[in-house]
Amino acid sequence: MTSGRIMDITVEAAPAGAKTIEGRSPWQLALARLRRDRVAVGSAVVIGLIVLMAICAPLVAAAVGHGPNTQYRTTGLSPEGIPVGPNHTFLLGTDELGRDVLVRIFYGARISLLAGVVASLLAVATGVVVGLIAGYFGRAVDTLLSRFMDVVLSLPYLVFAIALIAVVGPGLPVSIAVIAFFSFASVGRIVRGQVLSITQKEYIEAARSLGASDLRIMFVDILPNVLAPVIVYATLLIPASIVFEATLSFLGLGVVPPTASWGGMLSESIQYYQVAWWYVVFPGAALLITTLAFNLLGDSVRDAFDPRFTSTIAS
Amino acid sequence: MTGSQAAGTWPGPDPDPDLLVRLDGVVKHFQVLSGTLLRRSIAEVHAVDEVSLDVRRGETLGLVGETGCGKSTLARCIARLYDLTAGRVIFDGHDISTLTRRQLRPYRRELQMIFQDPYGSLNPRRRVGSIIGDPFSVHRVADGEQRKRAVQLLMAQVGLNPEHYNRFPAEFSGGQRQRIGVARALALQPKLIICDEPVSALDVSIQAQVMNLLIDLQGEYALTYVFIAHDLAVVQRVSTRVAVMYLGQVVEIAPSQELREHPRHPYTRALLSAEPIADPDRADAQERIVLRGDVPSPTSPPTGCRFHPRCPKAQPICQIQTPPLQPRFLDGATHAAACHFPLADGESLAYAHESTEQ
Repeated sequence: MTSGRIMDITVEAAPAGAKTIEGRSPWQLALARLRRDRVAVGSAVVIGLIVLMAICAPLVAAAVGHGPNTQYRTTGLSPEGIPVGPNHTFLLGTDELGRDVLVRIFYGARISLLAGVVASLLAVATGVVVGLIAGYFGRAVDTLLSRFMDVVLSLPYLVFAIALIAVVGPGLPVSIAVIAFFSFASVGRIVRGQVLSITQKEYIEAARSLGASDLRIMFVDILPNVLAPVIVYATLLIPASIVFEATLSFLGLGVVPPTASWGGMLSESIQYYQVAWWYVVFPGAALLITTLAFNLLGDSVRDAFDPRFTSTIAS
Repeated sequence: MTGSQAAGTWPGPDPDPDLLVRLDGVVKHFQVLSGTLLRRSIAEVHAVDEVSLDVRRGETLGLVGETGCGKSTLARCIARLYDLTAGRVIFDGHDISTLTRRQLRPYRRELQMIFQDPYGSLNPRRRVGSIIGDPFSVHRVADGEQRKRAVQLLMAQVGLNPEHYNRFPAEFSGGQRQRIGVARALALQPKLIICDEPVSALDVSIQAQVMNLLIDLQGEYALTYVFIAHDLAVVQRVSTRVAVMYLGQVVEIAPSQELREHPRHPYTRALLSAEPIADPDRADAQERIVLRGDVPSPTSPPTGCRFHPRCPKAQPICQIQTPPLQPRFLDGATHAAACHFPLADGESLAYAHESTEQ
C-alpha cells in the first residue's frame, strides 16, 4: 500500500508490553501543573474544608447541641442582655439574640457557597452561550448582544439590585439571579473576543468544508478553545459572587433572617463590635478565608493555563 | 446523490460526462465595510472576476499566481465556502452555486479541501483521531470502534503511525500535520480534492514527500485535484494542466508541458523566468524578466487587460479592451491565453525602452 516513495514509516503493532503512547491534552497538562503548585493545593484544601463545613453544619449543631436559629437567652446572653464571649458552651461566642456564632457560621457557609457557585455557574453558562452566538454569527446578532452586554456592565448594579428586590422581595434565588445577571456580561465579552479570533482559523473553515453544522462548529470546534480563559474567570468569579451575596445580605437584600448568612451576620454585628468582637471577627474571617482561597486558586489556575509557564511541564 | 438532484440539475444539454467541475463566469467580490454601528460598503475587492474553467475527471488542474491573485478565493468558491457574487459552479453535473448549506451537505462528501497552513488547519484542542474521524461523525458514516479502525487505516495510508491516534496536533511535525490534513480529506473517498497550497508551508524535502503522497493517492483512488500553489515548479510537478491567474482572472491555461515550453502570455513568461535553476551556468544564460511595479490594488483593477501597467508589450489597445481567453497562433484548443499580443516561440520579452533611471 505504501510504496517506497512514501516516507518510510512502517506500520506495525506496538511490541507486547510496550506502554501505548497517549498524548496529554492541554487540560491534563494544566492539571499536572496545578498539582505541583503548593498555593493551589493549599487553597484547594481550604476550599474543601469549607465545603465540608457546609455539609457537616447539622452534625456540628448536633454535637454542640445548639440549633442555628435557637436563641439561648439565659446562657447566651449576660444579665444585661449583652452577647457572651467564647466559652466552653459557645466556642465562638453568641450574637445579640443569644444564638451560637459557631453554628451560624457553619450554616452561613452553605448560603455563601451556594450563592457563589450557583451564581457563577449560571453566569458562566449564560456568558459562554451569549458570547459564542455573538462571536460566531457576527453582524447584527453581534451588535445586538454586544450592546446589551455593554448596557448590563454599565448599570449601577447595587441600585438596580435594591430596586429589583424592593419589587420582588428578598431571598436566595433572587440574590443568585441578580448576581448571575450582573456577572454574565463580562464572561460573554471574554468569550466573544476569543470566538472572533478563532472563527478566522483555518480549522473552522475545514469544519465548514466537511459540512459541519453551526451548532457542531460552535460546541465541538470553538468551545474547547475558549474554555481555558473561561475557567480562569469562573474561579475568580466565585469569590466575587460570594462577596456580592454578602453585600446583598449586609444591606438586608439577601437571605431572609433568621437564616444565617455571613453577610447578614456582619451587618448585625456592626452595632455590637465594641462589646462583642467575636461577633464581627469570626464571620468576617470566614468570609475572608473563603474568598482568599478561591482567589489564590483562581490565580494558580490562570498560571497553569498560561503557555508561558510550559517550562514547568510535569514529566 | 440521487435525492438531491432536484436541488440543482445542470439545466442545458447533457454535460460532458468527462467533466467533474465546470466554472462558468465565476465572480467573487468582497465588500470593504466601514463604520461601527451602521456598516456600509465603501469599496469592493475584485478577488475573482469572470473565471470559466473546466476540471476533468482524474486530472490535476494547477492554479498558479502571485499572492493575492484570487486563487484561494477561487478554490473556496468551488468548495462553496463562499457565496458567489455571480456565475455558476457545476459539480458532477449539478449546479451547486446557489445551494444553501443544508442542501450542500451531500456534495461535501464528494468535495474535500486540504489547507495551506498545517498548524492552523488542525484544531489544537482535539486529538488527531477525532480530527481525522470528523468527516465520519459529521456525515454519520461510521461509529465507535468502526470509526477508530477506519481512521487508523487512513493514518497508515498517509504514512502516519496509527498508534499515534490519541496524540494532539502539537506533537507532530509540519509534514506529519499535513498528512493528517490529507487523511481527513481522504476519509470519505471524495471525487475532488482541492489542495490550497498544501506544500508551501513545508520544508523543501518534506514538500516532495507530501507531493508524492498526493500523487500516489491519486493513482490509487482515481482522485481529481485542483492544486493551488504560487510556485510554478511545484504545480508543474503534479499537474496535468495549469491555469495562470493574475488579479482575479485566468490569463493563460495549457497542458503543463506546453505551458512551460510555449508560454503565450507575458505574465506566464515572467513567472517561468522567476523559477530558480539549480545549475548556475544555465541560470546565467536564462533570460530573467523582472516585472516593473507592483500588483495593482484589486479594489480598482486596471481597465482592459489587467496586466497592461506592468507589461513590456503593452499597447494602447490593452488599456481599453479586455483580451479574450482563447487559443493563440496554431495552439490547440487546450492552450488558451488572454493577450492581444501573445508571445511567439523564442520571442524575447524585454521592456521596449530600457529606461536609464533603473
